[in-house]
Amino acid sequence: MDNFEDTKPVATVSTIGEKIVETENLTVSFDGFKALNHLDFSMDVGELRVVIGPNGAGKTTFLDAITGKVQPTEGQVRFKGRNTKRLAEHQIARLGIGRKFQTPRVFLNLTPRENLELACNPKKNIVGTLFRRSNSSDRRRVISLLETVGLTAKADLPAALLSHGEKQRLEIGMLVAQSPDLLLVDEPVAGLTDEETQNVGDLLLALAESHSILVIEHDMEFVRQIARKVTVLHEGTVLCEGDFEEVQTDPRVIEVYLGKQEETEA
Amino acid sequence: MGDEVLPKSRGMKPQQKRLLIEIAVVTAIALIVILFVPPMLVDLGQASRVNQLGRFLALAIVALGIDLIWGYTGLLSLGHGILFALGGYAIGMYLKLQIPPNASIQLPEFMSLYDVKELPGFWKPFYSFPFTLAAVVLLPTLLGGLLGYLVFRNRIKGVYFSILTQAATIVFFNFFNGQQGFFNGTNGLTDFKTINLGRWGTCIQSFYPSIKSWNINSWRLVVAPVCWISKEDINSEQTQFIFYTLTVLFLVAAYALCRWLTSGRFGRLLVAIRDDEPRVRFSGYNPTTFKVVVFAISAGLAGIAGALYTVQTGLISPKAMDIAFSIEMVIWVAVGGRASLSGAVLGAVLVNFAKSFLSEQFAATWLFFQGGLFLLVVLVLPDGLVGWLRSQPIQQIKTFIGIRPQVATYPRIEEDPEIQRERENLES
Repeated sequence: MDNFEDTKPVATVSTIGEKIVETENLTVSFDGFKALNHLDFSMDVGELRVVIGPNGAGKTTFLDAITGKVQPTEGQVRFKGRNTKRLAEHQIARLGIGRKFQTPRVFLNLTPRENLELACNPKKNIVGTLFRRSNSSDRRRVISLLETVGLTAKADLPAALLSHGEKQRLEIGMLVAQSPDLLLVDEPVAGLTDEETQNVGDLLLALAESHSILVIEHDMEFVRQIARKVTVLHEGTVLCEGDFEEVQTDPRVIEVYLGKQEETEA
Repeated sequence: MGDEVLPKSRGMKPQQKRLLIEIAVVTAIALIVILFVPPMLVDLGQASRVNQLGRFLALAIVALGIDLIWGYTGLLSLGHGILFALGGYAIGMYLKLQIPPNASIQLPEFMSLYDVKELPGFWKPFYSFPFTLAAVVLLPTLLGGLLGYLVFRNRIKGVYFSILTQAATIVFFNFFNGQQGFFNGTNGLTDFKTINLGRWGTCIQSFYPSIKSWNINSWRLVVAPVCWISKEDINSEQTQFIFYTLTVLFLVAAYALCRWLTSGRFGRLLVAIRDDEPRVRFSGYNPTTFKVVVFAISAGLAGIAGALYTVQTGLISPKAMDIAFSIEMVIWVAVGGRASLSGAVLGAVLVNFAKSFLSEQFAATWLFFQGGLFLLVVLVLPDGLVGWLRSQPIQQIKTFIGIRPQVATYPRIEEDPEIQRERENLES
């Protein structure tokens, strides 16, 4: 992990207090069902934020709205102060948002090296992809990324042969290769063993040195490992926000996770 | 940290070596097909097979296009017949417009049958040879690009894309079938007489007498391509041989183009689009542009193939826009092997030769054989002939001669690179 700094030459950790991403009154509704409901959220540059919430709280829709996969019905998303409305997914990605999906999604017929090469290509239009030859700094970047995610030995096997955990790490590596300012990570440890979970946690903490990261997670152990500030989503809106301990003891959080026992008793 | 990993970049050299070998092999095959196969077939008394081979090689060009869009990018187009036919109609009308100056009606003969008094405006540019050549490539390319843009921009994919392309063939089929005055309806454009290149021909014409005097049969055929003569009978041996040679050359060029497109980062991106398009999008690429470009290139190849096929068959009709023909194209690629360029070429030639043999032997039942062949490939060889050759016999031969020892341990410790690396580290 110590070699991480040179893999990320364009790391921009600017003054704390500036917002990397904010949403204002964000509503996304599908046929009248409000997956996100007047959501106000903001995150500082350089922050590592964990978003938790029960099933159906709108966590994944939240990421969809940030990355442009769904358009807000109301309200807006601002990335580095810029409204991302009407930008396509790839344009938002080029602005500097990398997204990791819930299940590992890497290109199975390509090797980890080729996966990373595609992700770190600086010119992602037709001409750049077709004519630009990868230079030695590109190659070195890929090699050090392989090192970072621990896939050096398997760099030239088809990614289909990697284990679940290796694919998760490869996908995180691909995110980093994009040189994003904000990483959105959706349930990175679902289905991993304890050891692999620990690995992914360390990787995220190392990345947090130079990126803003938003993690969505269910696994409370894992949240405890990495969390600094936690946001709880419930029914498409922010329920509460604070330290892990604060959130854990908040009665409203307990209520939404364990069901509304008090109400039924009362 | 880089020391132990960097030497991998030396791996470029074997790649270049492999590329050189491939170039040598392709050139050798092309030369054999141009120089030795036709005289050989003539000697065997199979002269008609030369023309057949030429036509099938033209079909191999469109198969390459299908492989590009389907095998690599994962978009199953069932409408390449349209693009193929457009190229055919373009060159066909150029040939139809070669009317002797002393003819009473200066129109393709079918038009007078349908009471067309004047050449429709859109056919007029086809008097020009350069325009026709441009149209052969650009008409299908532009149509493919436009269609692709409309479809892919709206994120229509998978089976919906296939259905849409198939619907397009019906539209075009009916249009060309119905417009008899413009396209001669069901009969299409046929009965080509001369290929008069006008100014373009005369300069080459001057070379001809010297070569004609050589009078050594097969060698004259060989040199024929350099002496395209004006007012040549289109069905003469020489002209047909020129078309044959051109077809081989275009096939090589198309192969080289596809090889270049699919080998580098662009090719890996195509595979990535096939595997997981949203992931490509969130990586900052716009898959729509890439798909439109690939579809347009594939369409251009179909147009070239259509033109070369038409001049060798002497016929282009709406039958080329039949759905069945477009599906056949897909079958060639499936039989040869998806995502393998040599597979596409091989598949097109083999399936078509099989088809012509079977239709000669079992005129009534050959369609069953064709269907059976397709079923067989889908069920037994899902990766096609080339995919099967790559995986099966080569591995077995290697094992047999000891290059890749049969691994007895589970789960293949000898093959796990991570374990190998650890072992190397321990030993050093």
